[in-house]
Amino acid sequence: MSDALVFHFDVDGENFTSAGQASTQVKKNLRQLGLSPATIRQVSIAMYEGEINMVIHANGGTADVVVTEEYIEIVLKDHGPGIKNVEQAMQEGFSTATDSIRSLGFGAGMGLPNMKRYTDSLEIDTVLGEGTTITMRVNL
Amino acid sequence: MKISMIRDLLDADLLCCEENLDSDVYSACGSDMMSDVLAYVKDQAVLLTGLVNPQVIRTAEMMDMVCIVFVRSKRPTEAMISMAADDGIVMMATDKRMYDACGTLYINGLIGTKAVHV
Repeated sequence: MSDALVFHFDVDGENFTSAGQASTQVKKNLRQLGLSPATIRQVSIAMYEGEINMVIHANGGTADVVVTEEYIEIVLKDHGPGIKNVEQAMQEGFSTATDSIRSLGFGAGMGLPNMKRYTDSLEIDTVLGEGTTITMRVNL
Repeated sequence: MKISMIRDLLDADLLCCEENLDSDVYSACGSDMMSDVLAYVKDQAVLLTGLVNPQVIRTAEMMDMVCIVFVRSKRPTEAMISMAADDGIVMMATDKRMYDACGTLYINGLIGTKAVHV
């Protein structure tokens, strides 16, 4: 695997039912590449949390996954409202989700902390009113 | 514990993947909040939940879980059953409440998951 592999997905912000499809596909792709189950799980959980966040908070966006010999990088980009206070958003249990989102099983304030937990690096570039780009890496 | 024993102990209706009933599982977790389930990786094999939407299946799939038990008489849709079947995840439904279902499995040897973060 000398060249980087790139997977691109559009994440539909209108459809909670289909949320997670990109992560499911990435998991399948990584399995085919023969990566370790632990690494695959780290990447897929982090991406899944991000995908769910894009759907419930930002009306969708795009997801790009780059696989190299050294790392897997996940870039999630949306044009949602942005994150007002990143430090606060990184705290376990903090959430701006509504009760209707919680009734769907999310919005417990674990999304961003989980994304950080399962990756080796996480960067958040957010502008209020313009959107958020989250870049995560899992080292191989 | 065999998955078939979970079905028997909970008097549950099997909804798909009968061919995997003979699989062994060693731990379980119960929650209606999927982000809480995703927060802990310790090879949980069984998810007990009262939440009914497709993200339950996706969460189990991301966590490499092999069995989902719907409690409190909750019933998944045909589309959800189909998703689980595609992934080989055994799905069942019981009338027991979450507390009773978890307790029944626990005292019969299916311990929970230690709260260990990766």
